[in-house]
Amino acid sequence: MATLTIVQAVNDALKSVMRDDPTVLVLGEDVGPKGGVFLATEGLTAEFGIERCFDTPLSEDGIIGTAIGMAMNGLKPVAEIQFQDFIFPAFDQIVSEAAKLRYRSGGQYTAPMVIRTPYGGGIRGGLYHSQSGEAYFCHTPGLKVVVPSTPHDAKGLLIASILDPDPVLFLEPKALYRSVKGEVPEDSYQVELSTLREVRAGDDVTVFCYGAMVPVAVKAADQAADKGIDCHLVDLRTLLPLDEEGVLEAARRTGRVVVVHEAPRFCGYGAEISALIAENVIEYMEAPIKRVTGFDTPFPNTLEHHYLPDERRVLDAIEQVHSY
Amino acid sequence: MVDVQRVLAADGSVVGAVPDMSDCRLRELLVHMLRVRCIDERMLKLQRSGRIGFVGSTLGLEAAMIGSAAALGPMDWMWSGLREGAAAVMRGLPLDEYVAQMFCNSNDTAKGRQMCNHFQHAGSHYPSWSSGIGTQLTHGVGAALAAHRRGLDEVHAIYCGDGASSSNGFHSGLNFAGVWKAPCVFVLVDNGWAISVSSRAQTAAESYAAKGRAYGVPGVEVDGNDVLAVHGVTAEAVETARGGGGPSLIVLKTYRMLGHSSSDDPTRYRDPEEVAAWAERDPIDRYETFLLDRGVLEAGGRERLAAATLAELDEVIRTQEAAAPMSTRTLVEDVYAEVPGHLRRQYNDFARIQESHGEARPGEGAFPL
Ligand SMILES: Cc1ncc(C[n+]2csc(CCOP(=O)(O)OP(=O)(O)O)c2C)c(N)n1
Ligand SMILES: [Mg+2]
Repeated sequence: MATLTIVQAVNDALKSVMRDDPTVLVLGEDVGPKGGVFLATEGLTAEFGIERCFDTPLSEDGIIGTAIGMAMNGLKPVAEIQFQDFIFPAFDQIVSEAAKLRYRSGGQYTAPMVIRTPYGGGIRGGLYHSQSGEAYFCHTPGLKVVVPSTPHDAKGLLIASILDPDPVLFLEPKALYRSVKGEVPEDSYQVELSTLREVRAGDDVTVFCYGAMVPVAVKAADQAADKGIDCHLVDLRTLLPLDEEGVLEAARRTGRVVVVHEAPRFCGYGAEISALIAENVIEYMEAPIKRVTGFDTPFPNTLEHHYLPDERRVLDAIEQVHSY
Repeated sequence: MVDVQRVLAADGSVVGAVPDMSDCRLRELLVHMLRVRCIDERMLKLQRSGRIGFVGSTLGLEAAMIGSAAALGPMDWMWSGLREGAAAVMRGLPLDEYVAQMFCNSNDTAKGRQMCNHFQHAGSHYPSWSSGIGTQLTHGVGAALAAHRRGLDEVHAIYCGDGASSSNGFHSGLNFAGVWKAPCVFVLVDNGWAISVSSRAQTAAESYAAKGRAYGVPGVEVDGNDVLAVHGVTAEAVETARGGGGPSLIVLKTYRMLGHSSSDDPTRYRDPEEVAAWAERDPIDRYETFLLDRGVLEAGGRERLAAATLAELDEVIRTQEAAAPMSTRTLVEDVYAEVPGHLRRQYNDFARIQESHGEARPGEGAFPL
């Protein structure tokens, strides 16, 4: 086992699949000799050559559109979008094409590809280097949406995503890229998609979170523990398709639920979790479900530390549902 | 092959027709280029010492931005691609607002909401770029059409980089402008690089100027380190656009001397010899030689001008660094004309938690519901 950061684990996963499967290739802006702006693709061009890890012209629409064509014709492209904020020029290709190809062709054509992209705040990137757009994509049947929060999951989920027969949007929480380290097996392995990760067991309040909100929720749960509140913490890690049974079971366990995400609240992912619980296990609920989220505003810059849910706000919600 | 327009050779000798400009105006171009360089130098220094977040350097691009922007009239608009902030200073963006934006403090007209290097100045018709490469091109074309429809005499100068030429906005922008004969001028700053992607890898076209032809927009290539050539060609294009002759595409061939931004290490992907070769073609050295030869600048003049600008800048920096941060209420303001109920409630919930930790500042309390 090696101790890696998340960005190193992503790099390790890419090398691992590229060694095993010559049809896997990486494309995007600055992914070649520079190794990507966050160095996630560092060393790939040197090891696998410019035909398997290459820079493209500056067009996200072009990157994703051509990746779809490659996927339709026998390659397994892993496309990098430099920041998730810049994915929108490719929105049409992702939503109208990649996600619907299998369905509209009755399974005759498919687009097994991965779109990797750093997302989320915490790096003082302002409006356009900080957004969390998962809700747009989770509203897109045909896509899978995966979000790791640990180096182990980053590698295992990315390999599973590349081997998956359907298009996967792989959202990498850039705030955690270098701040979280963990043990990562050297061999290739998969973490099954659509499975939850229990971060911490507890019987008082269930906290659902993902991405960069996981360490925030862990801190809040530690502080709650000091106050005698025992949190059950669940990292959702695949947002679509969601392990619904797992979510319902976790909700039933405590009857008190908090959902944390940094994206805006309205029509955000937390709304889906709340509705799922309300529709299926409301009779087990002891308190209203609380969401702790970013504000329903564009992402700020200097005030990003206030925009992003912090342990104070998560703890406040935990205490509210606990004392209800 | 496309001819590259040039007035001054790299050594400052005259190889083309010098535009008909007064000595005073000629000297001003140097003053403004020096200001661009001084601003860049100071911002990089602030960034290195951790006082501001990030800088998109303009070293080497001074003639491209000043030569072109100086050809615009006060009623004309500049649509920035990325690095034109210091040209906006020449056109009226106050230096203290420029520096406030770099500190993202409470004097920043964008209220600290944008990353550094996203300047704006409504007074001189300079909207900020967003960050998304290529989005401004169609905005500029639409605004140019609006000017025409409203009978205004404006020309819209729309800047973009070599990288941006691959964006959807570039193609839609040139196409629409051509079809509408919109009063605009596209200024494509080919500075050799789009982060780590060489401008030669961005297109298979023989030149960026050739791209205009496909849209019925005449394209011309100019030595972007020759401020006189840049100025002359832009002035002509602006005149054409203003006279109803339609848009043109000006390609300024220049070089980004430093990394893409202060977070980029260009040694990972480019040849130091290429950088050294471009250093020989420095736009300010070249123009200084020309002015000295012409007797418009006295020996030591450049150093004196730079020192004066740096002193002025240091004063502005001292004031702006001390300015207060934004009030937390700005978190939910300006999303809509009025702060709607759901945002008031979200803010008030936040303010309640801040207050419970004794951290709310005066004027940052709850909104009335
Ligand atoms: C749509 C979009 N994709 C990617 C980026 C990331 N990015 C920022 S600047 C840049 C390169 C721009 O190159 P160019 O247009 O040549 O301008 P220059 O930086 O050279 O001034 C890239 C890829 C972005 N800002 N927007
Ligand atoms: Mg460029």
